[in-house]
Amino acid sequence: MSETEFEIRKGAYYDSVVLMRLQRDLAALPGVIDAGVVMATAANRELLSVNDLLPGSVNSSPDDLLIVVKADSKNSATNALGNVDELLSRRKSSGVSEDFRPHSLNAAVNQLPEANWVLVSVPGRYAASVAREALDFGKHVFLYSDNVSLEDEIALKKTAREKGLLVMGPDCGTAIINGIGLGFANRVRRGQIGLVGASGTGTQAVTSHVHALGGGISHAIGTGGRDLNADVNAITAHQALDLLKNDPGTKVIVLVSKPPSSEVATKLISAAQNANKPVVVYFIGYPAPARKIGYIHFAISLSEAADIAVELINSNLKLAGGDKLPNPNSYFRGLFSGGTLAYETLLGLQASLSPIYSNAPIYAHQTLKDPLKSESHTIIDLGDEYFMVGRLHPMLDNDLRIRRLKQEAADPEVGMILLDIVLGDGSHPDPTSELAPVIKDILRERTDLTILALVIGTDEDPQDIQLQIDRLEEANSVVFRSVTEVVEYISLIFSTHKSSQFPAIALDSLTQEFTAINVGLETFYESLKLQDAQAIHVEWRPPAGGDEKLASLLARMKN
Amino acid sequence: MSIEQANNTAVNRMMEARPILKGVALARDVIPGMKDNLILHAGPPIEWERMSGPLRGATIGAMLFEGLAKNETEAISMVESGEIEFDACHHHDTVGPMAGVTSASMKVYVVENVEHGNKAYSNLNEGYGKVLRYGAYSKEVIKKLHWMNDVLGTALAEALARSDGIDIRALIAEALHMGDEGHNRNKAGSLLYLKSISPLIARVVKDNSVLSEVLAFIGDNALSVLNPVMAACKVMTDAAHGIEKSTIVTTMARNGTDFGIRVSGLGDKEWFTAPAEIPVGLFFSGFTQEDANLDIGDSTITETAGIGGFAMASAPAIVTFVGGSPQDALNATLEMYEITFGENKYFTMPSLDFRGTPTGIDIRKVVELGITPRINTGIAHKDAGVGQVGAGLVRPPLAIFEQAIIAYAEKYNL
Repeated sequence: MSETEFEIRKGAYYDSVVLMRLQRDLAALPGVIDAGVVMATAANRELLSVNDLLPGSVNSSPDDLLIVVKADSKNSATNALGNVDELLSRRKSSGVSEDFRPHSLNAAVNQLPEANWVLVSVPGRYAASVAREALDFGKHVFLYSDNVSLEDEIALKKTAREKGLLVMGPDCGTAIINGIGLGFANRVRRGQIGLVGASGTGTQAVTSHVHALGGGISHAIGTGGRDLNADVNAITAHQALDLLKNDPGTKVIVLVSKPPSSEVATKLISAAQNANKPVVVYFIGYPAPARKIGYIHFAISLSEAADIAVELINSNLKLAGGDKLPNPNSYFRGLFSGGTLAYETLLGLQASLSPIYSNAPIYAHQTLKDPLKSESHTIIDLGDEYFMVGRLHPMLDNDLRIRRLKQEAADPEVGMILLDIVLGDGSHPDPTSELAPVIKDILRERTDLTILALVIGTDEDPQDIQLQIDRLEEANSVVFRSVTEVVEYISLIFSTHKSSQFPAIALDSLTQEFTAINVGLETFYESLKLQDAQAIHVEWRPPAGGDEKLASLLARMKN
Repeated sequence: MSIEQANNTAVNRMMEARPILKGVALARDVIPGMKDNLILHAGPPIEWERMSGPLRGATIGAMLFEGLAKNETEAISMVESGEIEFDACHHHDTVGPMAGVTSASMKVYVVENVEHGNKAYSNLNEGYGKVLRYGAYSKEVIKKLHWMNDVLGTALAEALARSDGIDIRALIAEALHMGDEGHNRNKAGSLLYLKSISPLIARVVKDNSVLSEVLAFIGDNALSVLNPVMAACKVMTDAAHGIEKSTIVTTMARNGTDFGIRVSGLGDKEWFTAPAEIPVGLFFSGFTQEDANLDIGDSTITETAGIGGFAMASAPAIVTFVGGSPQDALNATLEMYEITFGENKYFTMPSLDFRGTPTGIDIRKVVELGITPRINTGIAHKDAGVGQVGAGLVRPPLAIFEQAIIAYAEKYNL
């Protein structure tokens, strides 16, 4: 059983070779038995008729294009006819003519539709609109131009993020994508170290040093110098981290930036902590909280960042910590008897908890307003003079700590509490005999709460350290023996952030053959060609020849 | 409706218009508003005082042909005393190559857009040499016009009357695959026209020597089909005209003094004009750039509809006009994609892998990029009556597109 459907297009001339190709393509569609595509001349009608492809109802003239499809069902035949326009317009190649230099991004995109990147290096006042157009075409942007306003940068990056696209820059001097250097880039070996750089020369220094050490670069993604400002909020850096995290070709990530705002740094470190691969962080001029916290290694110079990255390539990372996962959006409270322990913990958590306050702050802006009332993340030194008036030191007397512990546990926003238990001569003879039952009671009430205990002492101390630890564990608290361990654990927990609400950037962007459209400096185009990348150069001129009145009218006539 | 949607509507109407050559008739019988003392001319409206040599010459010729005047002196004094009215062909659904002069007693092609129902008219092509459209008005010129009207015109009229007409869109599409671009090169199209019309003429012309004469006249003239093609382009662009908010150019025309455009969303009578430029090109032996008149003719309607200079990639035989190599011809077309709204559904080019021709000039893109349309054109001698001196390339002045943008902003309160 077969069904025959046809379509007549009046006055549509096509060369017979085109029609034969269409006929072949139609015949190859599912369910199609045979197809006939002809200009409906008498001879051609006869030909169709002989092949049983001319339904009696066809009423055509010689100038008409006649398309007939015979298929196993009416549905298949109708579907096949529905494909005609697409088959007719399908082109074998984009017909790239290197000779022709387009003047507009639009024409360039038509000419090289497979281009996935647009390099923009036009004067700053025009750069944002060129970049915006590139994003509208679904292309990633390398924005070399400077003098782009902060508002434009934020708007561009937000748009890009919505579309799952990257905007590297503005003022992005360098990047390496899939082995191709953009802007100013050094020739480096390909390898497994990926870079996120908010500093062009910083990126160049690290990539060069990695190369000198025998390592190689998977991709180096630039963000532009302002990306880590509080206003821009590291949109590009976060996207780049995410991209490299998902890139199987990247084993170690290096994050380099001039000093970021502390809020931004905290979030970025938190995201890096989730990369599931080592991240070497060098925030130039920013105090490193530790050599290493979880997945993160803090470097103190550009070359050291490269050193660590190269070393890490072959290492396997192991992490300490428990199984219980408190809510990462809750607050942390540390209730210390030891001042230095409080201070070191506060220092170690600078990068991962924000905002954080203390009655013994490192920075003045982190001063807790009322020592009796915690807010956000808080670290309290209960041995501070304020609490000591008319009291014994908390290493001797647990009363104040127990009351504060209950107070914190009563706050539903608190998800984690840390206590230090300092043993030794002169300390409370058996602190956990008082603390452990309270902890147990609290945790019975609040199953979502985690209580950490930092135990400082030796097996020769009079309190019997093993007994103290056993009691704490039996009370369901998690025991640590050093500040480094406990800081690492807290950092990891609080960096378990929600998955992004924005579309992920397709990994193809990195792994596809790099193909670009260059708008602006011709040297960038020439450099791409020297690297054998496919690219076209746009002969860009200011809109309306720089006539501002016309250009502003045109801007209002965009849609 | 957004500008994009308006332009989409306009360009789709332009492409979907289906021009059929339906007949040949007397101008006074078919052209709207035609009068005995009315002379239609190419380009935007212009007064006698500002007319160039070829247009003045063609006007005198038409008056002699009509019998309105006995000689040149009488013709000029009639014009100067205001007895003759002038108007743009475009205001009367008409287009004419070069001077484009059309008067009441001339026979004209009738092309109907069977998709939207509008019609357009164009005179019969005189061939090469000393011809009215280049401003010649000697006795032989007038005599030839009479033969064309009486013998050729009658044969065509009767032949077409007995047919369903000739589909000019299909003819253009096929000619583009045979080395034509539809403006400067119409060799293939004219032969296709001869192919279609010959059997029809043979049915109505009984005298073999007249038949031979008529067929030879059509076949010898590689521009025979230019006038029906222009009328076809006119019905297409008219179908795209008058779409509120559209920024698509629906007319480009020159009168030998000014170059004018009209825009779909900016009304019928609103022309944007500036002094026409002198085409740059190749010259017949004995002539130089010095002899060239300012750009003239309605034939730019072809570029307006997406062929001519825009389809240069289809016409490698005439690449000499654009620089010499087939690559230059491709580049010429590629450049026009930058200022057009879409790619033609029906007019395709083998050399660009059957990509559709750039169609629908968008004034926004022209002004933004500073790229003006490329026009392939014949070049007239600046003195009346000398005729064609060469062919080449010209572009309209950018200023008229800028004026149009400003007018658009005013009309739509931007």
